[in-house]
Amino acid sequence: MTNFKNTLKEISRYPSAIFGMIIILLLVALALYAVFTIPYDEAVRLWRGGEDTVYRNPKNAPPSWFNNFTDKSLPISVAVVAGEDEEFTKVVTPGVEGSSIEYEYSFDFQYDEYPQELFLYIQADYQVKNPFISVTLETPGGEEIRISDFGTSARQTYRFSQDDRLQTRLRRLHGREVLPIQGLFSVPESDPLVINKGVYTLKILASTFEENSDVRIEFVSHGLVFGMFGTDHMRRDLTTAILWGAPIALAFGLLAAASTSVITMLIAAIGAWFGGWVDELIQRITEVNLVIPFFSVLIMVGTFYSRSIWLILGVTIALSIFTGAIKTNRAIFLQVKESTYIEAARAYGASDGRIIVRYLVPRIIPLLIPGLVSAVPSYVFLEASLALLGLGDPTLPTWGKVINDAYTNGALYRGQFYWILEPAILLMITGLGFAMLGFALDRIFNPRLRGM
Amino acid sequence: MTTETNIELAKINRAARVNNAKRLGKFLALRIVMLFLTIVVGIYITILIANMGGYVDTIMRNEIRERVNQQVAAMTASEPMSTEGRSDLVEQMIDIEETRLGLDTPFVLRSFRFLGNALTLNLGRAVHMVSDHGSRAVRNIILERLPATLLLTGVSQLFLFFSTVFLALMLSRHYGSFWDKLIITLSPTSSAPPWFYGIFLILLFAAVLKILPFSGMVSAPPPKETGAYILDVLKHLILPASSLILSSFFISIYNWRTFFLIYSSEDYVDMAKAKGLPSRDIERRYILRPTLPTIITNFALIIIGLFTGATITETVFLWPGLGRTIFRAISLYDTPVIVGTTIIYAYLLAFTVFFLDFIYAIVDPRVKVGGGNS
Repeated sequence: MTNFKNTLKEISRYPSAIFGMIIILLLVALALYAVFTIPYDEAVRLWRGGEDTVYRNPKNAPPSWFNNFTDKSLPISVAVVAGEDEEFTKVVTPGVEGSSIEYEYSFDFQYDEYPQELFLYIQADYQVKNPFISVTLETPGGEEIRISDFGTSARQTYRFSQDDRLQTRLRRLHGREVLPIQGLFSVPESDPLVINKGVYTLKILASTFEENSDVRIEFVSHGLVFGMFGTDHMRRDLTTAILWGAPIALAFGLLAAASTSVITMLIAAIGAWFGGWVDELIQRITEVNLVIPFFSVLIMVGTFYSRSIWLILGVTIALSIFTGAIKTNRAIFLQVKESTYIEAARAYGASDGRIIVRYLVPRIIPLLIPGLVSAVPSYVFLEASLALLGLGDPTLPTWGKVINDAYTNGALYRGQFYWILEPAILLMITGLGFAMLGFALDRIFNPRLRGM
Repeated sequence: MTTETNIELAKINRAARVNNAKRLGKFLALRIVMLFLTIVVGIYITILIANMGGYVDTIMRNEIRERVNQQVAAMTASEPMSTEGRSDLVEQMIDIEETRLGLDTPFVLRSFRFLGNALTLNLGRAVHMVSDHGSRAVRNIILERLPATLLLTGVSQLFLFFSTVFLALMLSRHYGSFWDKLIITLSPTSSAPPWFYGIFLILLFAAVLKILPFSGMVSAPPPKETGAYILDVLKHLILPASSLILSSFFISIYNWRTFFLIYSSEDYVDMAKAKGLPSRDIERRYILRPTLPTIITNFALIIIGLFTGATITETVFLWPGLGRTIFRAISLYDTPVIVGTTIIYAYLLAFTVFFLDFIYAIVDPRVKVGGGNS
């Protein structure tokens, strides 16, 4: 216990160690937050994408806070459900048969660009007669633009930009051909188009012709920025990947580093203790392992067998056991083996296993910990490297996969820097955190480095 | 000293020399056998993995069947032919193709043939890959890519080696200074791999500042004059080389510096300082001399490491090197190419390990080849 306290005291003398520990704790907090807010199955489902999960998300949109750094204000993505969200009101007036429902949604449009697309997602409950819907938009100038009138089916999506009749009406308003979205948000007859900033009101009137018939309307605006982390080319919310990248990276890095160093140490101890052919065999395996191309084998396993992250983890550990570290550990064990306390243990009749586990191994743990902590980043980055080659686990959202997606879809060429920078910066912070702590621990535990 | 004792001494010397030579010969023979066995086992395991323990055969058989079926369908499209006749033709053609590729012998036998071929550096022909000049020989495919890889890894690793050793020596001279502390603070940044820095460098210099090319080795179309061509290649080299350098620059300096510091805190260095020897001499004779074996080992390993290429950095920068070729070979299940690159590396490694023993004995009089008198 006093030993532990002393170590903590030593660590507190190194600012980089404290900094590293804070980073690691924050990452652990982030990982726990991710696991508890988005359960594993949900994360996998969200990452698989598909219209149901991504219909509210625009394509390749930077995060919303992007607006703070650009001189142009970009429209934020919005999704509101009538009656459920406060801003989108729904008033039902019962009639003789059926009812008329009024929907109203006002929003302040103060942006310098047009949104990508506007949608109405309509779900109607009816038996035989389908409800009728008419949509109008009131511009800041008080003008009412008739958008569309149609009888809706049970599930219907209305896309503003695909409506030819709306385009015709807007041509009349502007005196020339304009795209529907641009026409809606521009000052009438302006040339070049000037965005009409101010409060817009979307008014929808639904008439139902049956009792208990109801219409649920969701208004979705695909802006040019989205959420906390933006979206990718498949319109997936990057939040999933950014959050879930943390537990996966930590699990992979820590598991690989911990099992590799512990198994390496045990094998080195066994070799040094028994000597003879056991030791010889371990040495030879180490040399053979040196010939086998580590990274190529990992790529082969990823390409030929399976891309499951657990298999890759297993192979990584298997290939990292018999490396130079085994020789370093063995040299130390050979020295320890000659100590008098080992002789004493032998004299009282301790078994081989007991001597290895209780007497040899504890001596090397102080040397093991810095190496273990410093090895974590290399495994975290290894997972990202494999993902960058397209060999990441296909079901899991990881940081490396986001970088891979961004890279293969030309994010660098198209200036979608957020897409690469978000996971890259998190990877870098993770690497730095562990490396800083590992460095400091190395200087604390390794007496030859003390004061250097 | 009398002549008699001189003769006696010479006899003893000769006996010792003969003894030495015998021991040396035995040691060398044993060493060569062990290294060779290591290569054999390592390569055989690589062959097994690269063939998925024989499963690649099944993949190839299916590929052949599909291809032959299509060929036969196209060949017999315009002539009347019975279904049986057609399937006979298919089976015949499959047989020919499988014999051509050697698929008619069981995998276990073939794996040993692969091993034999690899060990005799008979690299054979690629299954799918073709070199840019149209050759299927694995040797040509590898040789064609080697210069590009050597250019990239050579420039970066040699620069890295010499600059970091030099800077580390300087830092170890005045440790605790501002620069020393700066290097210590920056060394954790080396936990990120080269491609990671590559992406940032591309972002900064190619995408934002637009002063260097995104990727590739020459512009398209390549400049016609030799001088302009070299300049163009150098321009493309800057980003990948700097990302390779950047990713291990600080950690290398830190490691070398710590290494030199450990040696410069030895008692005999203090003694030399006390004698008032100039610091240049102390550095050369008392610090560099005993660290020479380690420096040489590192240098040798760097040199053979040049030949493996940098797979991901080459992929990120679309650099036409060996690393990318290996990656492509793996995705095409082209085992001869995978095994070919591995065996070359294995031999280089074995030779280096073998010769390092001699180099140690030359630079360090305390080391004897064959492990002293034990």
